[in-house]
Amino acid sequence: MKNVTPNDVLAKAESLRNNLSTGFRDEIVKSLYSEAEKIANRAVKTASDKKYDLDQKIDRLVTSPITGLPIMLLMLGIVIWLTVSGANVVSEAIANILFGLGDLGRNLFNSIGVPWWLTGFIWDGVYLGLAWVISVMLPPMMIFFPAFTFLEDLGYLPRVAFNLDWMFKKSGAHGKQSLTMAMGFGCNAAGVVATRIIDSPRERLIAILTNNFVPCNGRFPTLIMLATVFVASAFPAALTSFIAAGTVVGVVLIGVGFTFLMSWALSRTVLKGEASAFTLELPPYRKPNFGRILYTSIIDRTIFVLWRAMQTAAPAGAIIWLLANIPYGDANLAHAIANWLNPFGILLGLDGVILLAYIIAIPANEIVVPTMMMMYMGAGMMVNGPSSNTDIFNLLVHGNGWTLLTAVNLMLFALLHNPCATTIMTIYKETKSWKWATVSVVITLGTAFLVTFFTASIARLFGWA
Amino acid sequence: MANQKVVLPTEHCETCPAFTQLEQMGIKIGDFDRVVALAGNPNTGKSTLFNALTGLKQHTGNWPGKTVTRAEGGFEFNKLRYKLVDLPGTYSLLSASQDEEVARDFILFGQPNCTIVVTDATALERNLNLVMQVMEITENVVVAINLMDEAKRKGLEVDARSLSRDLGVPAIPVTARSGEGIHTLLGAVAEVIEGKVATKPLRVHGTPEFQNAVNELVPMIEQLAPGIPNARWLAIRLLDGDARVQNAITSGELNEIVSRQQRQDVQFSAKMSVEGRQ
Repeated sequence: MKNVTPNDVLAKAESLRNNLSTGFRDEIVKSLYSEAEKIANRAVKTASDKKYDLDQKIDRLVTSPITGLPIMLLMLGIVIWLTVSGANVVSEAIANILFGLGDLGRNLFNSIGVPWWLTGFIWDGVYLGLAWVISVMLPPMMIFFPAFTFLEDLGYLPRVAFNLDWMFKKSGAHGKQSLTMAMGFGCNAAGVVATRIIDSPRERLIAILTNNFVPCNGRFPTLIMLATVFVASAFPAALTSFIAAGTVVGVVLIGVGFTFLMSWALSRTVLKGEASAFTLELPPYRKPNFGRILYTSIIDRTIFVLWRAMQTAAPAGAIIWLLANIPYGDANLAHAIANWLNPFGILLGLDGVILLAYIIAIPANEIVVPTMMMMYMGAGMMVNGPSSNTDIFNLLVHGNGWTLLTAVNLMLFALLHNPCATTIMTIYKETKSWKWATVSVVITLGTAFLVTFFTASIARLFGWA
Repeated sequence: MANQKVVLPTEHCETCPAFTQLEQMGIKIGDFDRVVALAGNPNTGKSTLFNALTGLKQHTGNWPGKTVTRAEGGFEFNKLRYKLVDLPGTYSLLSASQDEEVARDFILFGQPNCTIVVTDATALERNLNLVMQVMEITENVVVAINLMDEAKRKGLEVDARSLSRDLGVPAIPVTARSGEGIHTLLGAVAEVIEGKVATKPLRVHGTPEFQNAVNELVPMIEQLAPGIPNARWLAIRLLDGDARVQNAITSGELNEIVSRQQRQDVQFSAKMSVEGRQ
């Protein structure tokens, strides 16, 4: 018998198929469905009329065209308010403890005669970087992740997808993109992996390239700090947490807006096509399992993310200390680089230190604020980090010439700028293409530059800054 | 007895004689005697069942599409080691999205000793479509009727015996969240693998002329890819004009998948278990 080639098999299948009477497929599918129906009817009995009324009533409210969106905003607002108001108190306490420990360590080193450069490198570099990242990141994550996981376990996410479907459709994107967008709040890399649920490659690419426009947990602390210190401080103390939360919600909505805008732009240019139809089940509401929520949110998410941040914060702290202590010209290297970047930073309503912080923080967005603070303090000269909001305000505004424009533009920049290294790698792995990984950087960074340049120019034109 | 380990803190289990026979092994699978796959529609509780059996903490969530990669773990039942593979949820085995392909490729070419199809007791009819498609591929199928607690809450009564009789494979009611029924489920899996329970999966045959066409095509596929376990299913897909299967045949991917799936065992498992974390 001669060898069978793949083409023989396909040709044979082709000819057999052509000889089959038309409608053989329908025949099979029909019998599959009718069998399933028969079997299910025989096996399932409705014992009473106790229908799932409650689920349906809730769904009617939660997915209604009128109340659906406001409820969604309210949920987002509550989660962010809890995070902002809770994190504020805890952050300050943790910062006090950790910076206090730093003092002890530094004094101990000094008293036993360790050389100044070693003391500085360890306590003002590596340790300070770690202390900052923990006090800035841990509290918001400990509140945000359990709250988010709670909504996830409850079954709320598919409702969000349902509510936003029409907007994604208008943008030429897949409705399931709202699920991957929601995952992006936790971590953009996870959001990119989650896009596997989208079966059209075109729509999946859109979801991947725009995922970065929702702020991940590494960027929330930056937004929260800026909203609290700058925006909310202009209001009475009783309102602080509400104003701060409202500001963060506003920034998130701007991010969602850019997601739609960029999806729309992509689906009309390089990724042309129509949105495909799909079915999405609305699962029943399930009683969340609190043990699991705590485990998932604390161990799998908080500790996992924090550990990753610490791994980049320690070397970043070391680099900052070195840059600040290597003499260059009449100042130091950090100063020189920041000065060199400064004109460009000013053009964007930012400054050179912020841009340098972003460059150092490419491995992980989490360390932007700590990096920035350490450079402003000129590590090595100032022993302690500012722990209260007033300290931070004074350092930035009186010490370094920040204005409201700087704060607003930094929030916008934090929202829109390039994905972190982990996310870029994940995009490469998922698309198997450096081209798309590069595109993701170019469109986000491009958007960030354009938007901040635009707001800075407007503000200057009207004499606000 | 060797395995006197307390693993499932459920009251019912502590009084159950089978209790001591299950030991969760997490990802320390090492050598295993049997491979069991977990398939099912999205959001029917596959990952919850996976966690209950292996003691792992695969991320669960109440939305369809949570699991996009396959996660693997192990457990020991009646002194035999099982490798358990948690597959992404899928409505059918005919689709093209990447997560559904992961499920399909594994059931097709991974040759698990048994496939547990996890179904939602509150939406059985829709779930049965997948059950029947899996039964087209393999005879070693056990149906887990999960979410029995939810069904009860909604006033539904599911007759597992009737279901089992109609489908020709064991159907076991379980509540994965509390661990109820999972020993019975594992018992059924073992019996199916050992041939103590003969399964006779219900199969939709279509018209006689279709049946003839399938029979003509099967030997050719077997000759093309020796050792392919599911020639019948592939023949049906080819007659249906499934582009994905046609591609797999022309590109030689078919042979590659057969050998890859047979090769990849232990070294892959630990890695995937970690990557499954999201």
